[in-house]
Formats: sequence, C-alpha cells, structure tokens
Amino acid sequence: MATKAEKDSVSGQYTTGHEWDGIKELNTPLPRWWVWMFFICIIWAIGYCVVYPSVPGISGYWAGTKGYHSRSEVAEELEKAKAAKSVYLSKLKDASLDDIVKDKDLLNFALAGGRSVFNENCAACHGVGGVGAFGFPNLADDQWLWGGSLDDIRTTITYGVRNQNPNSRQSEMPAFGGGDALNDAQLNDIAEYVLSLSKHSSDAAAAGRGQAIFAGNGCTACHGEAGEGNPAVGAPALATGIWLYKTKDQKAQIIQQVKAPKMGVMPSWADRGLDDATIKALAVYVHSLGGGK
Amino acid sequence: MSFLKHHAKFETNVLLLMVGILVTVIIGGIVEIVPLFTIQETIENVQGIRPYSPLEQAGRDIYVREGCYVCHSQMIRPFRDEVERYGHYSLAAESMYDHPFQWGSKRIGPDLARVGGKYSNDWHVRHLANPRDVVPESIMPGYGFMHRALAYDDVEARMKVLRLVGVPYTEDDIANAKADLAAQAGDANTEALLQRYPKASIGKKDRTTDQVTEMDALVAYLQVLGTMVDFSTMKPEAIR
Repeated sequence: MATKAEKDSVSGQYTTGHEWDGIKELNTPLPRWWVWMFFICIIWAIGYCVVYPSVPGISGYWAGTKGYHSRSEVAEELEKAKAAKSVYLSKLKDASLDDIVKDKDLLNFALAGGRSVFNENCAACHGVGGVGAFGFPNLADDQWLWGGSLDDIRTTITYGVRNQNPNSRQSEMPAFGGGDALNDAQLNDIAEYVLSLSKHSSDAAAAGRGQAIFAGNGCTACHGEAGEGNPAVGAPALATGIWLYKTKDQKAQIIQQVKAPKMGVMPSWADRGLDDATIKALAVYVHSLGGGK
Repeated sequence: MSFLKHHAKFETNVLLLMVGILVTVIIGGIVEIVPLFTIQETIENVQGIRPYSPLEQAGRDIYVREGCYVCHSQMIRPFRDEVERYGHYSLAAESMYDHPFQWGSKRIGPDLARVGGKYSNDWHVRHLANPRDVVPESIMPGYGFMHRALAYDDVEARMKVLRLVGVPYTEDDIANAKADLAAQAGDANTEALLQRYPKASIGKKDRTTDQVTEMDALVAYLQVLGTMVDFSTMKPEAIR
C-alpha cells in the first residue's frame, strides 16, 4: 500500500495516501468545530468522573467529591415533598376528623389526597369510586359492615379486617354445613327467611319455618332480630337487599354462605406504611363517597 | 506521537486486529465486572432475606413460565414517584436468591416488588382467574387454568439446582421440601415451615379444590414479595 499523501488533480483535495488497485482515497477531515466538541466532551467526562461516583477499585469505588448517592437524593426529594405539604399535613395530623370536615380548605386537601391514595391502594378491591365487587364491600352506599362514621372508617383502614394485626377487626361466622349442622331442607328455609327480610322471598311457608331456625341457631345474636346487622362484629344487615356476595341466584349463594361462610379480609394500612395523616385523609374521602354515617 | 501511525499494521492484518479487539474487550470487561464481585456494597447486608420456600419457589417457576415479567417489573427505582406509589425502593439483597432475577423492563401492569400482603388471597385467586372480575378496566389475560393441580414431584431437584448456583438451602430444607410445600398450602404443621421460612404466607389460597394447585403456589409467591425486609428498623441510607 502506498502511503504518500498527494493532491488529487481532479478535486484539488489531498488524499490519505491509501491506494487500492489505483484507486486513491480522498482525505476529508472532520470539521474543526466537531473535533473541538469531541475534545471538550472528553474533558467534561474527566471532570464528571471526579465529581460523581465513578471509577471502581478492588473493594470500593471513587465516591466523588460531591458525595452524591441516588438513595440520599430520593430521601431528600421525599423530605422536600413532605415539607411542601407540611402546612396541610400537620393540620391534618392535629385536627380531629370532625374538624377536618368542617374546615373547607383542609377538607379539599384531604379529599384530593385521599382520592389518590384510594386509587392506588384500595381501588383494586373496592373499585374506582368505591363501587365494590363480589365479596368486596361497596363503599359508595350507606350500608357499612364495620360502621360508617369517620372514626369507624379510620379504625378499619388503620388496623384492617381479620389480619395478623392484633387490633384488626375480628369476627367469625360459624359454618352450619355438614355433620350435625343444618340439613338441606333447613338451609332452604333459612335462605327463604333471609330473602324475606328484604321482601325477596317467594315461599312464605318456608320463610316462616326459616325464622325459627334463624333464631334457634343464634343468628339473631349478630345479625339482629330483624336482620338489621351489627357493625360491632361486622355482621351484615340482611334486610336491606344489599348483598356482599351478590349473584344471579341469590338464594343458592345464601345457602352456600350459611354452610361454609366466606369472610373478607383487609390489610392493616398502618402496617403497610400509610401514616396517620394519610389515613385520616383516606377516611374523609371514603366517608364522602356514600355520605357515611 | 509517531506510534499512532502504526494503525496501518492493525488495519492490514486481520489476525492482529482480532487479537487487538479481544484484548481491549477483556480489559473493559475486567474493569466493569470484577469490582461487582469484590465491592462490599454491591449487595447490601440486610436482615430478613431468606430463600424461597418450596411452594413459593414453585410459584416463582410458574411466574417465569407464564412470562409475568413481560408486563410486570419487580424493581422499585429510587425515585420519589415510585417510592410514593409502590413503597420503599428495592434493594439488591431482595433479589439475591432470584435465579434469574425478575426485575423486568416494562410495566404494562404495575410493579410487583412489594405486592405481598397488599391484597387478600381471595382477591389474588379471583384476579388471576379473571382480572375483569375485580378490576373492570384491566387488560391482563385470565389464568383460570391454574386451578389445576401443581406438579411438584421434582421440587427437591429444583432446590438442588438452585443450591448449585448459590442459594443456601440446607440438607434439612431439601429433605423436608415436599412436607413444607404441603404444609404451606394447608393449615397443619406449619411450625417447622415457619422456622425455616419466616413470614411465609400460610394457608390454602385456591378454595375451588382440596389439592395443591398452581394458583396456591403463585399466590404464596406473590404474597411474600417485598415483605422479607422490615423497613421500620432497616435504614438503607445508613448502610448504602
């Protein structure tokens, strides 16, 4: 290969001196400004490596003169965000739930904050807007399993239902299926009676027999004489026609529930890391959905 | 700078060029990779991380088999928006027994790094069978076929393979694998299981049948995700 640089007679440009089979390569150098940018970038990179964590060693690495770390950065950002909200957050923390509802500014803040927390944490089960689903209570109506006052809602959110937290809401409906429990005819009668409480029964005779079975098996202790329910033990009202486990064949579902009760669980949101102010905002939001009690 | 003019030797000799490339890549590789094995803080020393229980591991295998990682990540990055939505950012130690790790690279669905304990077992089973039952706007496919029995004859072999790549299963763990698996999917004799695998999610998840199903395994796995480290006592900023 020839390596003699010479001027090309046709274009007037210098060649690189490379030649293959008589064909010569023109030398077209990079623009000056581009070359300078290239060198400036290299110098910038060296400076960057000095200031920020960069070169690894055997058991450690150069941590940078600035002491930057992505973890301290996110901690700072969270702190800053907290500080920006602190006026309202500290008010939320100190105010009682009733006062929050009375203070229009604070209420707006609580509702907006509560909604975003609800959508991330609660909507998966209770639905967007708290409409509920099969087995997951509707929060937008006026029936409340564990009480619908602001304080009740706050307690439920804080400790949850039937979970590991010792303060969680606890109750257990006994199973009446199998063995010496209720037989199929009795189950049918009791289901008819439960349906009749909300005027959905089509068999008055069976409902009449069911009433005695209902009272005789202690159902009234939790669900009440007239099926009005008891929020202290999370016993659903049976006379409202609002079903937690709502299906097309409601009677079969009631029989199933009496035989082998399903009982919902809900996590303790204090244990899952929501702080007191957030839970208060959430309680106010949930209370607002269906008007609460 | 006359040595720079020698590039013609590389450019005209293919063998020399290949050797040159190889040497360059080896140097780059050593500088980038070796420190990860030797630097102390690559994986933090964190309390509470344990290998997966046999049932959880079976669930993890299903998670990989069904390609859940295509739509779900398991990596909460240290950004404010992620920390506020999903919880504490993920630590390297939290996936130290994952082979391969399930960090994922795309979120069509939400991040699952801390989904453990967030929803009830019943919710998970129904959501997996048909996501629209509980989340009407969901675009996740249904996995109703997972009500079928879990095949776990080879659970010991799988644990042995994991031990080969560094998961510290003991002889005891492997000998009791089948019993532990059955215990976690039932209610009986869970004391030894919890001794070996603290915080494991106990109990039958899939109520449609008495046998251990794939649903049981997958939900047991999901319920332990992100719950092993107690962040009320552990402050990663301090250990970095």
